[in-house]
This record gives sequence, C-alpha cells and structure tokens, in this order.
Amino acid sequence: MSKGVLVDITRCVGCGSCAVACKMWNSLQYNNGVDTVGENAELAAEEWTVVKKAVVKKEQKTAWRFVKQQCLHCLEPACASACFSRAIQKTKEGPVVYVEELCVGCRYCMLACPYNIPKYEWDKTFPRVRKCQMCASRVSNGEAPACVGVCPSGALTFGDRAELLQLARERISSGGYINHIYGEDEAGGTNWLYIADVPFEELGFRTGITTKPLPEYSESILRLTPAVGLGWGAVLTGLYVYNRRRNEVAREEKISSVKKGKKK
Amino acid sequence: MAATNSDAGRWRFPMTSTRYVLLFLAIVGALLMVYRLVVGLGSTTNLNDQWPWGLWIGFDVLVGVALAGGGYSTCLLVHVLRIKKFNAIARAAMLTSLIGYLLVMAGLFMDIGRWFNFWRPFVSWGYHSVLFEVFWCVSLYTMIQLLEFGEVATERVQQGWHKYIKKILPVLFIIGIVLPTLHQSSLGSLYVIEVGKLYPLWWSMLLPVFFLMSSFFVGPAMVTLESFLGARAHGHKPETGVLSSLVKISGYLLVVYLVLKIVDLFYRGAAGLVFAGNLEGNMFLLEMIAGVIIPIIICFNSKLRNSNAGLIGFSVLVAGGVILNRMNVVFTGMAGFMGGFYFPSPIEWGVSIGLIATGVLVYLFVVENFKILPGEGKGTGTMPLVSKDRTSQKLSA
Ligand code: SF4
Ligand code: SF4
Repeated sequence: MSKGVLVDITRCVGCGSCAVACKMWNSLQYNNGVDTVGENAELAAEEWTVVKKAVVKKEQKTAWRFVKQQCLHCLEPACASACFSRAIQKTKEGPVVYVEELCVGCRYCMLACPYNIPKYEWDKTFPRVRKCQMCASRVSNGEAPACVGVCPSGALTFGDRAELLQLARERISSGGYINHIYGEDEAGGTNWLYIADVPFEELGFRTGITTKPLPEYSESILRLTPAVGLGWGAVLTGLYVYNRRRNEVAREEKISSVKKGKKK
Repeated sequence: MAATNSDAGRWRFPMTSTRYVLLFLAIVGALLMVYRLVVGLGSTTNLNDQWPWGLWIGFDVLVGVALAGGGYSTCLLVHVLRIKKFNAIARAAMLTSLIGYLLVMAGLFMDIGRWFNFWRPFVSWGYHSVLFEVFWCVSLYTMIQLLEFGEVATERVQQGWHKYIKKILPVLFIIGIVLPTLHQSSLGSLYVIEVGKLYPLWWSMLLPVFFLMSSFFVGPAMVTLESFLGARAHGHKPETGVLSSLVKISGYLLVVYLVLKIVDLFYRGAAGLVFAGNLEGNMFLLEMIAGVIIPIIICFNSKLRNSNAGLIGFSVLVAGGVILNRMNVVFTGMAGFMGGFYFPSPIEWGVSIGLIATGVLVYLFVVENFKILPGEGKGTGTMPLVSKDRTSQKLSA
C-alpha cells in the first residue's frame, strides 16, 4: 500500500515546527537569514520543507493561509523518469528518494519536475541534488515522516493514500472546503495531497497541470526508438547495397562496351 | 596523435596573427575549464535553482550538436545515396562534424556537476530517460566518427591499418547515420517532458521531429559556410555548383518544416500566440521569418541560389535560425515558468569561446596536414597557407 500525507491547509497555523523537525531528522543546516516560514520562504538545498505564507481574500476580508511545501512524491515521478543514471527512485511505500552515489549532476531532474522541487548545492565542488525524501527509512518502518509527527495543529495526516483520499472527501463534503483534492490527479497523482478553503492558484500552487503522468509523454516517444533505429538502419543498408551495385553495374557496362569497341 | 612514421618532420602549422589570437583564446578557455572542474559550478557560472541549465547546455550542446549535423547528412548523400557531385565536400563536412562532437562532449563534461561520475549511465541504466539515449548515442557516434576519420588519418599515419578501416567503413557509415538521427531528435524529446512549462509556441509532441529536420537542413548551410571560409583562406574557388544543389535539398526540407510547424500550431490551438506581440511571439516570428521563410525565398530563386551572395545569405540565415531556435527552447520559452534571472558569467563565455577557438585550430591543422579539401594546391588566390611541397606530396600519393 502506497503511503502518503494529507495536508489540510485550513488547519495549519504556520508555526514552522515541521521545518524544524525536518532539519533535525535529516541533519540539515540552519541558515541565518534564510526563512523557512513566511512570505519569503523558499525551498533550497538545506530547506527541504518550508511553510509559505499566502495572503488571500476570504469573504472580502484579508486572511492568512500557510502552505507547507516539499516534494509531493509523485506516483509516477518525472524526476525519476528523467534521471539517466537511476539516481532518483520511487520506492514502493511511496517516497521518491535520491541516491547520491549514482548522481552525475546533470540537473535534468530539476527541469523535469513539474513543481520545481529539486534543488542543487551550487556552492559545492561536487554538488548533490537535495529534496524531501519523505523520511523514507521511517516510512518503510511504518512510521510517519518527522514533520507529521510534530505537527501540533493536526494539519498533517499520514496514512494509506487511498484512505487519505477518503478522509479528504469526507472533510470536503462536511463543508468549508473548495471541491478539489490537489495531488489526486495532478501529473498523474502524488502521494502528498492537499485540501484548502480557497482556490489553489491563490495559494501559489501550480494549477492546470496535465493529469497524464509526465513520464508517459517522453516514454511514448522513447518506445519508438528501437523500431526507428532498426527500420532506418535497414533502409540505409538497402540503399547502400542498391546504390553500390548500381555503380558497379554501370562500371562493368562501361568496361565491356569499351572492350567490345576494341574488338570491332 | 603520435607522429610515428617518416612523415614526422613534415607536420606543419604556420602561425598567423589570427591563429595567435585563437591560440590565446583556446589556452584561456582550457585554464578556465580546469578552474571550473576544481571549484565547482556555483562559483564559476551564474546558474541557480531557477536556471539549472544555461549557456553550456543551450549553446555548447544543443546548438553544437545541431550544427555538427552536416556530417551525417553529407554521409547519407555521398556514401549511401552515392550522389557523386557531393564527393568534393564529404571529407570536410565529416571532419567539422567530428570536431563539433568532440567539443560537445567537452561542453557536456563542463556542465555536469559530479564529473567524476560521468560514466555512471554506462552501468546504471536509466533507460526511461531521454537523456540516457542522448548520452549513449552521442558517445557512440563520436567513437564512430573517430573511426571514420581513421580512413583519412591512415593515409598519413599508421598506413598499415588503412585497408582494415576501409573494410568496416560501410558499417560505420550506416551506424553513423542511424545514431545521429536518433539523438538529434531526442535532443528535442528532452523538452517534451516540460509539458505546460515550455511556452506553447515551442512545446509540441513533434519537438523531436522538428529538431531532427532542422539538424538536417542546417547541414548544407554549414558546409556552404565552411567551403566559403576555407576557399578564402586557402585561395581557391568554392564549388558553387555543388553547393547550390546541396542548398536546394535544404530548401525542400525547410518547406516541409514550415508547413509542419504551421499545421502543428493550429492543431494545438497555439497559432494565435504567434502575433501576441510579447517577447515569445516576437522571437518565434524572428526565428521563422529570418531562419526559414527568407531562406526558402533565396533557395527557390535560381539566380539568387547560384550566386555567392545568395548562398552565403542563405547559409547564415539558416544557421542563425537554428541557433535562435535552440536558444528559444532553452531560454525564451522557459523564462516565463522558471522566473528568476540568468545571464552567462564571464567564465561561462570564456569556456564556450575557448572551445570554439580550439575547434577552429584543430580543423585548420587537420585540413593542412591531411587530405580533406578538394582542389587544394590548385589555388589561384593570394594566400596559400599550404606550402608548396603539399602539392608534390599529393601527386606522389
Ligand atoms: S514533486 Fe518533483 S521532485 Fe517530487 S517526486 Fe514529483 S517530480 Fe520528483
Ligand atoms: S542531477 Fe543527478 S539525480 Fe538529477 S537527473 Fe541528473 S543524474 Fe539524475
């Protein structure tokens, strides 16, 4: 069963505990001058999760909402499909993890991710790609990711993705939410799901993402490669042999006609 | 290349002031490359989390591979279709292509963050990645081209190997056309996964087809430019007749390309964006008008096509159009989604310029020491860079 987390934006109070727990569990640096909570909070190499403050309009009045950001752990991750050395892998429990030893550092994963999640250690000689690993070792032991464990307001729920979808639907039908579970279908679905009381675009989410898994786009083309390669090779071989033969024939005819001419 | 035979004393490379400049640029570039490998990408480039790919991927790799496409298109025309009149330009085109690919490999190597791991994809197969195909095809094709060049090289060094290389040439030719066909198109496929990120004027499921076609029609343009430059430097006449019929092949492809582009834009409902007046729309228009439509006009006007000015104009426009197209895909088309800012750093420029300078020097060296250009030594001009004994050597060979 694939695990996931449901983020209920209506319940998040923006305390930033999740960001601290993430740093502790993953031994990430604490950078002075870098916000993990607030309007300027941005994901970075050492900030695997941040809580972004969004100022929205709710019933004509200004309101604050807090959006916990991190890798969404796509069901069919574009980053993993883009990686040409298998340095990003989807685990069966749900987390999409990065295997440092295999990474060449081409950064195609960063371009492929529809949410611009993976970040890079630009200041290192041999930089690594960094992003939320969904505490894969904890999840494989049946435990919740570190951030979920510390959330004091009940904004994060860890569980089977199918059950989380169920829970999300129940909450939405109880009223007060907009009718969309972000992550249910986006880019083929993600293991992290969001529900909210204001439209997702106002919260800074990328909306209008195709519901087709991204890897399918490129793989539908890649699948043609062997056929195109072999077919084209065969055509070329045919042409090569044909044209060579034609040249030879032409040459022989010339020679024989010259000989005939001599005999006469 | 070790000079192992009796010819050893006769390598020549007369230095001119241009060549000193090129040499200087090449050395600076090489030093910058070493520096970059030692200190890392962040402190040498202006790349950042918003712009993980910059000049080295955009120009050195995507443009480089496209412009080096003259090799496989010429190989197809000369060695497979056996169109005799193109024989004259075959070796020069294939040499440029080989040097181009070596530069691309160098550019790629500069761009990978963890370069000590460059060999990983050979053993850890991420075969679902387009980049995997690009990586394998480009590496193999460079090898194939080196072997193909063996035919030329063994005329001068290691002559004993010549007959063996001749034997495997047909196989090399065919693999050497299939591989670039695959990876020229996969360079386009790289951007297929940018669904909704790459501006709709450029994003299309047909990206691989467009990249393939443009790499093919830019081939004759590059060969033409090279012939004119070479003719000027070595003081002989360019083969205008040959070039003019080569360019015509380009022209037909350009027409198909244009039609396909238009149909694709309407099919995807993106045609309206062309005249939107924004940066993307204008860049797209520039790319299509200057790089495709005007060249088509030049090409199908036989008076223009058979004049030197027409041929040069056509080639400059087509090559410029392809460069602009790749740049638009990498930068203009992505800017809206990526946000942030990127402009290449002086070191990035220095490395790219240094690589190009190296390429030119290598080309000149090979042209002057191996049998590449036709009609060499029959020069009528004023600047024979090739010394006299070259002719006698060729006659005795
Ligand atoms: S959100 Fe981005 S980084 Fe995370 S799994 Fe999906 S594609 Fe990969
Ligand atoms: S940067 Fe590393 S993880 Fe990302 S695609 Fe390249 S090799 Fe894979």
